[in-house]
Parts: sequence; C-alpha cells; structure tokens
Amino acid sequence: MTELLSIVIAKLNYWACIALMMIGLYAMIAKKNLVKKIIGMNILQTAVILFFISIGAKKDATLPIIVHGHAAESHAARAAEYINPLPHVLMLTAIVVAVATLGVALALVIKIYQQYQTLEEDEILTRLQNE
Amino acid sequence: MKTLAIFIVLLFGGLLIYCTLDFPPWGDPLAPASMHVSPRYIEQTMEETSVPNIVTAVLADYRGYDTMFEAVVIFTAAVACFFLLRVFGRIESESRMYRHIPSGITLRISKDAEPLRESREFERIDLTWVPYGVVVKTSCRIIVPFCQLFALYVIAHGHHSPGGGFQGGVILGASVILFAISNNMRLSFTRISEKLAVLLCGLGVLIYAGTGALSIFLGSNYLDYGALSRLFGVDPVTARSLGILMVEIGVGITVMAVIITLYYNLASAGRHDEGL
Repeated sequence: MTELLSIVIAKLNYWACIALMMIGLYAMIAKKNLVKKIIGMNILQTAVILFFISIGAKKDATLPIIVHGHAAESHAARAAEYINPLPHVLMLTAIVVAVATLGVALALVIKIYQQYQTLEEDEILTRLQNE
Repeated sequence: MKTLAIFIVLLFGGLLIYCTLDFPPWGDPLAPASMHVSPRYIEQTMEETSVPNIVTAVLADYRGYDTMFEAVVIFTAAVACFFLLRVFGRIESESRMYRHIPSGITLRISKDAEPLRESREFERIDLTWVPYGVVVKTSCRIIVPFCQLFALYVIAHGHHSPGGGFQGGVILGASVILFAISNNMRLSFTRISEKLAVLLCGLGVLIYAGTGALSIFLGSNYLDYGALSRLFGVDPVTARSLGILMVEIGVGITVMAVIITLYYNLASAGRHDEGL
C-alpha cells in the first residue's frame, strides 16, 4: 500500500498534466464548435507547458536566480541548489507563441463566421455542399 | 464520433501514463533532464555573462537563435492576422453619431456634413446607446500608467529578478488593451496608431537581429555579444550582460506591438472602428 502511495506521489504531477492533455485532445476531436476546438487546443498547450515545468523541478532547490551574484566574495553556484532553468526558458517562449497562434486561429474563425454565419462544423459542411 | 474520441483519448492517455512509470520521481535532483546541460548553465552563467537570472541568460545568450526566431514567429503571426482580417475602404453609414458627454445627448450628423471634431465634450460612438462608464474610465486612467511603469521595470530588471522582454512586453500590450477597452478603440488609435504598431513589430525584430549583426561587424560571431565590449568600453562579460539587455528591449517592443496588433484586428474584425 505504501509502495503504491509513493508511486502515486512521485508521478502525480505528470498524471495531472496527462489528464489535462486528454481533456484538451477530447475537445479538439469531439466538439463541433470551432471556438471550443480552439479552447481545447489551448488546454492541450497548457498541459504541455505544465509538464515541462514539472520536469524542471528539483527537490531542495530554489529559483534559477543566483542570490548575491554580484557580491564581493564570489561564491560559485552549485547545480543542486537551483532548479533546472532550461524548461522555463523553453516554456517562456512557448507561452508567447501560444498567444500569437491563438490570435491567428481566432482571425481564421472570424473569417469563417463572416463567410458562413456559423461556427458549427456540420452546418459549415452542409453550407459548403449546398453551394 | 464521441465514443471514438473517448476511445482515442483514453488509449493515448493510458499509453502516456504507462510511459510515466519509467520516469524519475517528481523533483528528483538526479533526473536525466537536470544532469546534462543545465548544471553547466547554473555554474557558468555568472562567470560568462554576469547575469544572475539564469533564465534570462539562457534565453537571450545561450539560446539566442531560438529566441530570435521566436520573435520572428510572433511577428509573422501579427502580419498573418493583419492580412486575414483587415478591410480597407469600408462603406460609411448614412450618418455619424456623437455623444455630448456632459449632457449625454446623442447627435446624429449626416455623412455629407462636416464631421465634428472629437474633444472632451464630444465623443464619436457607433451605436445609438453606448453606456458612458465614468467609473471604468477613471479607474483605468489611473491604472494604465502604473501598468506601463511596472512593465518597464520588468524589462529593465529582468537580469536580476523574474522578468524580461517577453513578460514586460505582454504587460505593456495589456495596458494598451486596457486603455482601448475602457475608452474606445478610436481613442487608442490616436495614441498608438495601427501603422505605428505594425512598424514597432518589425522594429523589435530589427533591434534583435541588428544586435547580432553588430557583433559580426565588431569581429565576432552572430549574436556573440562579447564583441560589443569595444563599443561600450567594458570588459566582455559585462558586454554580454548589456547585449542581453538590448535584445530583451527588442523582444519587449515586438511582443507589445504584436499583442496590440492582434487586439486591434480581432476586436473589430479588421474594420478598426469602435471595437469592443
């Protein structure tokens, strides 16, 4: 029992991210409304971002900002004291790119709405066939 | 369709959960992700760039190419949004409507007549009845400058505390969006016009790429800021720190302008009228 519990505690973060990713993927596949699909895509992106941040965590370590970096006595930073900065860098840019791609996606949705007066996928398909 | 989707999602999620059983436990200092390149960043950043915030140093110096093309990506997104949505030469409606702010009376002026100058007393509106929110306008007028001041602090202090070009740029863009929401978008065009926003998108990328090119002219590799030491008259390590600052300013300008351009185009579906 305690063995199982220790496995759950060690992996809980990853599983939460996977659950979020499943929600997003389900919305992208099953929902008919395009805006809901975009929301699903954003949930999926958030899941990936949280997953990367989880990977960067380290026990007994602090933020990747060196304390008293410019102090007179130079003390070298030890890698065990600071969490992994690399996932943070990657996700920092990924967040901004997610916002920009969200903007493009919404622009496409506005265009589709202007053309077909609906955002439901099946209605758009019937209107395409009727033309 | 729904059962198929649930089946696919559960299959995919189950496979991923099965994979996580081989993962190192959360927070393990000996995880493979923390063992290879990141210790070098943590131990050498201070000596090589004199930037205490390792994230900023990695973002703008060690992974400078990545960030530069990231800026190009968001620039492309703004341009794509512009080309998708922007409509020019829209049909003017028969009459324009103005609100006399002190009395709240709406004036209707036909389109052949001379247009009214917007001032503290008259405000152009698109619908017959748009509520005039005194509380919202006044409180946002107080909030916006502090927002922008904080954004500049986040950009400039990104070397020593959490922050940098991306975060500060987003806050700057958000402050302009707040201004555009609380007043109307025509007023925010008088502050930051569409042309200026698009030009700033390009200017930020140009500052970034120009900093890289500058280090070529000073006899080093592209984006190798150590070469800027001769320009600034400091030692190469401090020059790296200053180069990172220049690059972060470029990123901040691009992010701000991209967010503003996206908002301008999305909020009015490219017509650039009153907006939300």
